[in-house]
Amino acid sequence: MLKRKDLLGIEDLGREEILEILDAAESFQEVSTRPIKKVPTLRGKTIINLFFEASTRTRTSFEIAGKRLSADVVNISSSTSSVSKGETLIDTARTLDAMAADCVVIRHSASGAPHTLAKLTKASIVNGGDGSHEHPTQALLDAYTIRQRKRRLNDLKVAIIGDIAHSRVARSNTHLLTKFGSHVWLCAAPTLMPLGIERIVCENNEFLHLTNSMDEAVEHADVVMMLRIQFERMTESFFPSVREYFRYYGLTSARARWAKPDVIIMHPGPMNRGVEIATDVADGPFSVILDQVSAGVAVRMAILYLLLGG
Amino acid sequence: MNLLVKNGRVVDPALNIDRIADVIIRDGMIHSVGDGSVSDLPVFDASGLIVAPGFFDIHVHLREPGTEEAETIATGGNAAVAGGFTAVAAMPNTKPPNDNPSITHYIVAEARRSSPARVFPIGAITKEQKGETLAEIGEMFEAGIVGISDDGKPVMNAQLFRRALEYALTFDMPVIQHCEDVDLSKGGVMHEGMYSTRLGLKGIPAAAEEAMVSRDLILAHMTRGKYHIAHLSTGRAVDMVREAKARGLRVSAEVTPHHFTLTDAAVADYDTNAKMNPPLRSADDVAALIEGIKDGTIDAIASDHAPHHVNLKMLEFDRAPFGITGLETAVALALTRLQLPVRRFVELFSTNPQKVMKVKPWGLFNGSPADLTVLDLKRNWTFEVNQSRSLSRNSPFHGWHLTGKAVATIVGGKVVYEDRA
Repeated sequence: MLKRKDLLGIEDLGREEILEILDAAESFQEVSTRPIKKVPTLRGKTIINLFFEASTRTRTSFEIAGKRLSADVVNISSSTSSVSKGETLIDTARTLDAMAADCVVIRHSASGAPHTLAKLTKASIVNGGDGSHEHPTQALLDAYTIRQRKRRLNDLKVAIIGDIAHSRVARSNTHLLTKFGSHVWLCAAPTLMPLGIERIVCENNEFLHLTNSMDEAVEHADVVMMLRIQFERMTESFFPSVREYFRYYGLTSARARWAKPDVIIMHPGPMNRGVEIATDVADGPFSVILDQVSAGVAVRMAILYLLLGG
Repeated sequence: MNLLVKNGRVVDPALNIDRIADVIIRDGMIHSVGDGSVSDLPVFDASGLIVAPGFFDIHVHLREPGTEEAETIATGGNAAVAGGFTAVAAMPNTKPPNDNPSITHYIVAEARRSSPARVFPIGAITKEQKGETLAEIGEMFEAGIVGISDDGKPVMNAQLFRRALEYALTFDMPVIQHCEDVDLSKGGVMHEGMYSTRLGLKGIPAAAEEAMVSRDLILAHMTRGKYHIAHLSTGRAVDMVREAKARGLRVSAEVTPHHFTLTDAAVADYDTNAKMNPPLRSADDVAALIEGIKDGTIDAIASDHAPHHVNLKMLEFDRAPFGITGLETAVALALTRLQLPVRRFVELFSTNPQKVMKVKPWGLFNGSPADLTVLDLKRNWTFEVNQSRSLSRNSPFHGWHLTGKAVATIVGGKVVYEDRA
């Protein structure tokens, strides 16, 4: 069991906690292969998915995870809730707390929104992605996928390529992988490489590398993780055109050959095919993109169980 | 109002006074500084305390008219005297903004009626603070403004700002700029750097301030205008002001207590009381600000008192408004954080603010309004935001232990605030 009320980010998780989650996820993975995909672990618990941003995979993944653990899962999206009537986030949270929810999974476009909630609710808060800050369950399912394929989380070269500036996935993965002693290479056009990123992981900064060259990032990489260009967060001009972006930062099969022969190619989804990743790579033999999705259910089952199961 | 302020250490840098003396006040005016032992006046014992010309906070937001749920001229004035200020300069971003003499008249009249502190309005540079055409600067001057600013809305149009610097020369008033290139800062909510990146919050680069300071100094040089920089926050901007002063430009600058006390690390918990504009900067910037205060590059300390109703600060960090209250903590934070000679301290809070704004000076000379601030440099106390006289509670300094405090505030010879241990 995790000795914490909330799961807000990877930054403040210890290595032991991360391993506990990944180990638990391994045992839950088996549940999803049964004909009756359900265990009674969280029977009687109420989980609310509070999604202020559009999401298919994360919301569905949490919903399936909760249901396979026999919890009651309620989905709220901002367009159908009192948020659209002007209710503040804090009042929404207090309302859900008053209904005795055990856990609120929140996704919000404002960085820090889950942290604000966590201070006010009795319910456990799970961060399902906040602004450009963290997406801890994504990093955990990525780590699960990497560990499954590489049998370790240390001494790997992991290239994370794309819109680093706006990516919560990049931040959470950087925190997680450097904690275990893997080398993370962040690669982006200088316009998408935020100021001070080289210092964000504090004591593990020696494991963090920056480059504007995709070839340098991909060369001998064990893992190549492509990030989605987040057009919805881009309010200014970061690169001239999609065509030119793909030319320098798109993952083609020719570029992928620079990596190790057993490289795995990852993407948190949803993909922009032809923008950051070529279709033949996304669907090719090195791609583990769909494994990430299946891992997502197991990892989220583990998180819900470890937070609520006690 | 008659009063004998007895046996204090009387400090007035403008008159080169620093000695233990009695201050005799008759009819609300300073009568003399010297020996009051034979006087028949009511006595205020200032033994062990500093007696200085009234402190002047040249950057506050009183929110009246328009946002009286956050602050009024009366409550802001009460907070001011509780913080040791006998006078404040009120920024024009009220609703409607102070961009014409009728609003100025209202503020002046309401302050006379309800505020224990003197209130000097600042007028808008442009109509509705829109940055398009000049406001009625002369008419507002006659109604009582002491400077002009579009505070919060920097004048991005260089030609218009040039005209403002030129036009204000007629009235010898400062043109006060909130220095921010809004193209560089667009969407930003905190200082751009390692913390904004780690927290995933959009940054306001130091360059947004520095680019505007740089442009304005060029225009100030060209026009010989009287230019004042509000809440200066970056090290490079301090350097530019230092260099401009060496060249003889009529430039002045203020720094807020929160900018020399806190860094962008204070945002780490998404505390909306650490959200202000300009944002809390890096530790290097803080060091440069303190150096600038000590070497005289910085003229004044001003609070940028910006009250907001609690409903607005209880929002996601991105959505909460910028600004914190500061009237009641400014003097004590400066005493606690900056180890300054008393004379320099009084310059920063009274002598220089009076020079920056177009006000009739006051001090410890015969015939001056008897506006005095009395300091206890050794008082240890804790700031409790729930006891604040402001209507708002948005301070990051709740629970802070501070050393030094304004223990009495005297306006027109009347003790309007007293906090004896």
